[in-house]
Amino acid sequence: MTEACVGFTRVLRGAGLQCGPDRVQAYLQATAHVDLYWAGRLTLCADPDDLPRYDAAYRAYFGGTPPRPRTTIELDSVTVGVAASDVEVLRHKDISEFNAAPLLARLKPLPPRRRSRRLRKARRGRMDLARTVRAMIEIGGEIALPRHRRRGVKARRLVLLIDVSGSMAAYSDALLRFAHVIAHAMPVEVRTIGTRLTRVTRQLKERDPERALRAAGRAIPDYEGGTRLGEALRRFNQQWRQRGAVVVLFSDGWERGDPTLLAAEMARLRRVSHQVIWANPHAGKSGYRPVQQGVLAALPHVDRMVAGHSVHALEELLKEVRNA
Amino acid sequence: MESPEELASGLDRAGYLPDGGIATAAFLAVAMGRPLFLEGEPGTGKTSLALALAKSMDVPLIRLQCHEGIDATQALYDWDYPRQLMHLRVLETRGEVDEASLYTRRFLLARPLLQALESAPCVLLVDEIDRADDEFEAFLLEVLSENAVSIPEFGEIRASTPPLTVLTSNRTREVHDALKRRCLYHWLEHPSLEREVAILRRTLPGLDERLAQQVAEAVRKMRGLDLMKPPGVAESLDWARALQALGRTEPDASTLGAVLKYREDADRVIGSTIVG
Repeated sequence: MTEACVGFTRVLRGAGLQCGPDRVQAYLQATAHVDLYWAGRLTLCADPDDLPRYDAAYRAYFGGTPPRPRTTIELDSVTVGVAASDVEVLRHKDISEFNAAPLLARLKPLPPRRRSRRLRKARRGRMDLARTVRAMIEIGGEIALPRHRRRGVKARRLVLLIDVSGSMAAYSDALLRFAHVIAHAMPVEVRTIGTRLTRVTRQLKERDPERALRAAGRAIPDYEGGTRLGEALRRFNQQWRQRGAVVVLFSDGWERGDPTLLAAEMARLRRVSHQVIWANPHAGKSGYRPVQQGVLAALPHVDRMVAGHSVHALEELLKEVRNA
Repeated sequence: MESPEELASGLDRAGYLPDGGIATAAFLAVAMGRPLFLEGEPGTGKTSLALALAKSMDVPLIRLQCHEGIDATQALYDWDYPRQLMHLRVLETRGEVDEASLYTRRFLLARPLLQALESAPCVLLVDEIDRADDEFEAFLLEVLSENAVSIPEFGEIRASTPPLTVLTSNRTREVHDALKRRCLYHWLEHPSLEREVAILRRTLPGLDERLAQQVAEAVRKMRGLDLMKPPGVAESLDWARALQALGRTEPDASTLGAVLKYREDADRVIGSTIVG
C-alpha cells in the first residue's frame, strides 16, 4: 500500500506537482485517517491549478472517479533556434529573425520600486521606542538619544501579459524567454493571452530555460490561435486582485473580439494598476502607425507605448519598468 | 472526534454546514495536528469555518488579521516599554538596577500568536495571510512548525497543546511554498444548490423555504454569468436578509445592491432573466 502511494506521488511529480519528501510523508500519515483521494488532495496539492491535475492523475493511477473530475488540455510548443554571432548588431535586430536566447539570458532586470509599509532602522524618521528603551536600559536608565525608524523601499509587483496568438507567433518564444529571465530576477506574474488567459508563472519558476519553456508551452492551450484581448483581460481583471502593480502587455493589438470590451477592460486594469505599459513589436519599426482596432481602443488607457521587437528595445523596456 | 462525519455534525451544531471535503480537511487537520490552509473565492466561508470550529470544540478563537507590514511586535509579542521604564526608575531609586527583572513575563505583551500558544487548546485564525508580506511568513513559519517562540531576553514559550491553526488566503498573492508545505491545503468552492439553501435557512431561521430556494437559484445563475465579482455565500445571506427585512416574497431587482457590488454586474443581471 505504501509503495503504491509513493508511486502515485511520483506520477504527480511528473504532472508538475511539487511533492517533496515532507509532503509525501504527510500524505502517508494522512491515509491512516481519511480515504485515499482526500489524503492526497489535502497534503499534496498547494494551488487550485494542482486540483485538475491531481484528479486526472488519481483517475489514471487508482482508477475510479474522483469526487470532482475535471479535464486538462495539453499541447506541445514549438521552439525555433538559430545561431547567434555579433552581439552589438544583434541587439538591434528583430528578435523574430534570430535566436535571441543567449542575449536575453544576459539581461539584468531590476524590479520597479515602491515605499514599503514595513518600518526599518533609520537615522531619521519616527521614533523607534523599542530600540530607544533598550538603549536606555543598557546605560542604566539614563536618557538615551532617541533611535529612529522609517518606511523602507520594496519591489513593486510586476505583471507580464504576453500575447501568444498567431500574429505574434514569431515573438512569443523570445518573449517567454524574456519573461523567464525576469522571473528569476524578481517576483513577477506571467500570463499568456490568446483566445484565453493562461497562467505560466509557476512553469517559469523552473530554473532551466528550455524546460521552463517546454512546461509553459504545454500549459498554453491556445498557442498561435486567434486573439481575444478584451476577453482575456476581462478574465485577468477578475482573477487579479492586487493593486498598484506595474503591468506590461506585449501585443500587436490585432483584436478579433469586440474593441469596446477591450477599451473597458484596459481602463479597469489601469484603475487598479500603478502603470500600464504596452510593448508592441511593431511600434519599433519605421513607418508604424497605430491603426489596428485593438491598439486604437486601448491606447487612451495605456501610460506608455514602447517597442518590444529587439533585445535593445527590451532593455529600454526594463528601464521603463525600473523607473515606473 | 472519530470521523469526518462526527466533526461535520459538530460544525452543524455550531451553525456551519460543511460539505464532505471541508469536513475531511478539518478532521485531518485535527487528527494530524497540522495547520489548515484554506483558499477560495471571497465569500466561500473560509473565516466562518474557523469560527465554527472553535465553537464546536468549545475552545477560544484567537484571530490575527494580516496586513502589509505586520511584524513580530504586532503578531507575536512586544515589550511593555512604558512599564519597563517606570520599573527602571523604581529600581534606580532603590539603587539596585537589575536588568533581568526588566525582562520578565509581566512586561511581555502577548499578541495573537503568543496568546494562542499560551491559551491552547484553542483555534488560531490567521486571516488573509496573502495580505502580509514575505518577512511575516518567515516568522509565522517558525512559530507554526515549532509551536513555540523563543524570546531572546526571556526564553522559550511553548504551547502545552498545539493550537488548531487555520490560515486563509484570497489569493491576491502567491503564498510561499515553504509555508504551504507545512499545512494541509484545501480549496473551497461555492456550495451546491442544496447546501446553499440549507445554509440560508440555517442562518436565517425565519426565512421562507421558497424564498431561500429562489435566492440560492438566482445567486447560482449569477455565478455562471462571468461577473466582475461573482457573489459568495456571504452575499446570498445578505440578499436573503434584505428581502426578509423588506417583507418580499421573491427576489427583485431593487435589492440587487446586497448581492452585486459593481454597476456593470448589476446591468448584466438585470439584462438577463434572473430577477424580475
